[in-house]
Amino acid sequence: MQDTVEKKYTFKDFASDQEVRWCPGCDDYVILRSMQKALPDMGVKKEDVVFISGIGCSSRFPYYIDSYGMHSIHGRAAAISSGVKLANPDLSVWMITGDGDSLAIGGNHFIHVLRRNLNLNIILFNNEIYGLTKGQFSPTSLIGQKTKSSPYGNTQPPFHPGELALGAQARFFARLGGNSPKEMTALFVEAEKFKGTSLIEILQNCVIFNDGCFTQFTDKKIKEDKQIFLEHGKPMIFGKERDKGLVLNGLKLEVVTIGENGVTEEDILVHNAKCEDNTLHQMLVKLQYPLATGIIRSYEDSTFEEREAMLNEQVKSKSGFSKVDELFFSGETYEVK
Amino acid sequence: MTVNKIQTAEQEVESLSAVVIRFVGDSGDGMQLTGTQFTDTSAMFGNDVATFPNYPAEIRAPQGSLYGVSGYQVHIGSIEVSTPGDDLDLLVAMNPAGLKTNLHALKPGHTLIIDVDSFSKKNLQKAEYETNPLEDGSLENYRVIEVSMTSMTKEALKDMGLDNKSITRSKNMFALGMVYWMYDRDMNHTLNFFDQKFKYKPEIAQANAKVLKAGYYYAETLELIPNAYKIMPSEMPKGTYRILNGNTATAWGFLAAAEKSGLELFLGSYPITPATDILHELVKHKNFGVKAFQAEDEIAGVTSAIGASFAGDLAITTTSGPGLALKGEAIGLAMMTELPLVIVNVQRGGPSTGLPTKTEQSDLLQALYGRNGESPVIVIAASTPANCFDYAFEAAKLTLEHMTPVILLTDGYIANGSEPWRIKSIKDMPEIMTHVIDERSETWHPYDRDNDTLSRNWAIPGTPGLEHRVGGLEKDKITGNVSYVPDNHEYMTNIRAEKVKRVENYIPDLEAEYNEEGDLLLIGWGGTYGSLHSAVRKLDAKGYKVGHAHFHYLNPFPKNTAEVLSKFKKIVVCELNKGQLAKVLKSRFPEFEYIQYNKVMGLPFSVTDLVAKSKNIIKDN
Repeated sequence: MQDTVEKKYTFKDFASDQEVRWCPGCDDYVILRSMQKALPDMGVKKEDVVFISGIGCSSRFPYYIDSYGMHSIHGRAAAISSGVKLANPDLSVWMITGDGDSLAIGGNHFIHVLRRNLNLNIILFNNEIYGLTKGQFSPTSLIGQKTKSSPYGNTQPPFHPGELALGAQARFFARLGGNSPKEMTALFVEAEKFKGTSLIEILQNCVIFNDGCFTQFTDKKIKEDKQIFLEHGKPMIFGKERDKGLVLNGLKLEVVTIGENGVTEEDILVHNAKCEDNTLHQMLVKLQYPLATGIIRSYEDSTFEEREAMLNEQVKSKSGFSKVDELFFSGETYEVK
Repeated sequence: MTVNKIQTAEQEVESLSAVVIRFVGDSGDGMQLTGTQFTDTSAMFGNDVATFPNYPAEIRAPQGSLYGVSGYQVHIGSIEVSTPGDDLDLLVAMNPAGLKTNLHALKPGHTLIIDVDSFSKKNLQKAEYETNPLEDGSLENYRVIEVSMTSMTKEALKDMGLDNKSITRSKNMFALGMVYWMYDRDMNHTLNFFDQKFKYKPEIAQANAKVLKAGYYYAETLELIPNAYKIMPSEMPKGTYRILNGNTATAWGFLAAAEKSGLELFLGSYPITPATDILHELVKHKNFGVKAFQAEDEIAGVTSAIGASFAGDLAITTTSGPGLALKGEAIGLAMMTELPLVIVNVQRGGPSTGLPTKTEQSDLLQALYGRNGESPVIVIAASTPANCFDYAFEAAKLTLEHMTPVILLTDGYIANGSEPWRIKSIKDMPEIMTHVIDERSETWHPYDRDNDTLSRNWAIPGTPGLEHRVGGLEKDKITGNVSYVPDNHEYMTNIRAEKVKRVENYIPDLEAEYNEEGDLLLIGWGGTYGSLHSAVRKLDAKGYKVGHAHFHYLNPFPKNTAEVLSKFKKIVVCELNKGQLAKVLKSRFPEFEYIQYNKVMGLPFSVTDLVAKSKNIIKDN
């Protein structure tokens, strides 16, 4: 066995020879670069990495990573990824999708892939707009939002991806602004480590059709006051001064200031991403102030492929057949002489 | 007990070459079970058999209603039997609705067994009878055997302590017992079946056995009918046989192909009648490593299979007409990415939801053309329940060897129908080559092609050095990267078409059966094989110069097609649709004239009608 020394990759090993063609200033570049940096830290072999996408700006992503990939059809990346993973559970499978791709045309596959909990990773590029078809409202667009297909304002209420995902029993859900490359790289590594379907929602600015859609949370100047970056086991504290925190008041999360009204750090909720009960995670994903980012839920559970493999073993151990001939000649047969 | 009368008491001893029997009753009466038991028993006796289950789309249509009638027809012979038969020698009617909807098929003078207990005023009304057919003389052309099956079943089971429902449910076995006696069949197969099926409910097994024997001895004791219908074993090729329906045969064909190719089998599927039984069969075989994935919808069924194919499995998806419509876009992706994928379409009556439980051949054009863009795929069709095995295997072989999707067409008629299958051993089946590569050459590209087949190589994730991207966008002919170059698109369009066309070098010639030249050629494809074969056999026996050419390969066509067609004065294209194959033949081989014979009733062709039609055409010469 000479092959004991694992090859050390750099981000360059995961950059394909294809020219990247997104609009200048698009967050997609940040996501791509973060991924190329994260991949060498995951401990996976380049040939075992598979990127599957649907249709949309985000879905060009696989072309730019030098590994195996498929740019498929609109909305179906979840089902294709599932097939890849079921065929070969040893692969590291990444599904790249957008809010239109996975929450509209692919909504059905999206909820079912989460329910089944295959060990794969989903990156949801959410920009609250249809980019590739040039500016129609999406399932995450806001009420009243003016777009090419809603010139007088959108009248369809939005999905909150985290809420939808948790409703579909997602075991891992994380959220991050598209302008946080350092956290993003670390998050991708965490997602790969997680055993089960990990869903990462990136709030990705579309500079052309929905510019500034998340600046109220992601602008560098106000980010720390408007976002809370959650970490498992740590208190839910945020703010430039690290003086704000979350407490539970009845059935609601409430923002309090440490040092005011007798509130101390002890009173602040400690984040438990790993608990089975997702009640608090649901509250966190719905929160508008502060916006919860980081890993909101990370509950390890059996995966679909594990359950399948276990069942296969059981069936195999009870079955008298290992070759199909044995099946064909079994049971009620008769001879014609 | 009512007095049982025999309206036509004339008893004759008959030695028959073949008989057609149909059991009809309410959709809860167990007619399918009754039919399959008779079929299996006859097959084991050595007869050739062919069956036609015909049941309503509703799980339990209202009891006694005309549209809730469930039927099972079986044709058994000491000669070759290739269809379930046209006209009945025996009709067993468990209720008035069954009688009303099926009597027309019974040959005059032939036997009708009736459960008179079900001929209540209420049931007669439900069957829309104004007068009782048992009393109004309308059955006088038949040999009617009236039997109080329900009350005799109750009588037989009165001491067993069973509930009323369980008792009434076993009356179908009384009917089966009678028919076993009539045709001199051994009851042991069915008795063993009860023991197996009701292993954990021995009282139910015992009850069924008791009723079966009661029916048998009742027929014997009262000498209602002679048991002198001798149907001798048929002369079939030597070998080990079993009874197989088309859907099971299809599933087994894929199991065989997986083992032969050394690949794991992946099925992505969504339940739809009449294709679901393929899924049911394959999920049983986890022991062979089968990954049978019940997806959330048809599209997930096919796309999960595409994912599995990309990752190196022998991937299939199974569906029926409306499901194929949903899978269209994804089939285009598989065609564009040039990945192996088998799509099975068990056709049913269309359009839209159409007739889910009835048969039709109206998805041919959808299979050939039902996708956006220029997207040819291989299309083949099975033609009998047993050869579904061969064509499933063939579909897998073609898709793996030519790296393009294959649509396998079967239909409800052969999918549910059963016949003897001479068991094949894996070692006797043809080899399957794959295009899997595991090493990078200096100049490797993902769309490099084999010179003969034009198949591209199959580089599977996990293989070092062969990392590449595929997708639905047009590919550069050399690198496989996305390309919008006009000349390249035309080149790639042509090469994908040429790749499918070259399959003609790897498929058998079309053969005209019975006569290679003559006055008339009957052309068919798919599940009508048995009917056309029987019709041509009859015509041939009477000295007509008629041939039968059946298409199993629909895209591409066999190379010698024009040559076969040119040998006949007239050509009739027989299809259970409005002329889809005829349309394709007209455009491919416009030098010939085609007469169409079409039927769109959710039913197979009648051999009698085909013979009559053929004679008329020949007469017009």
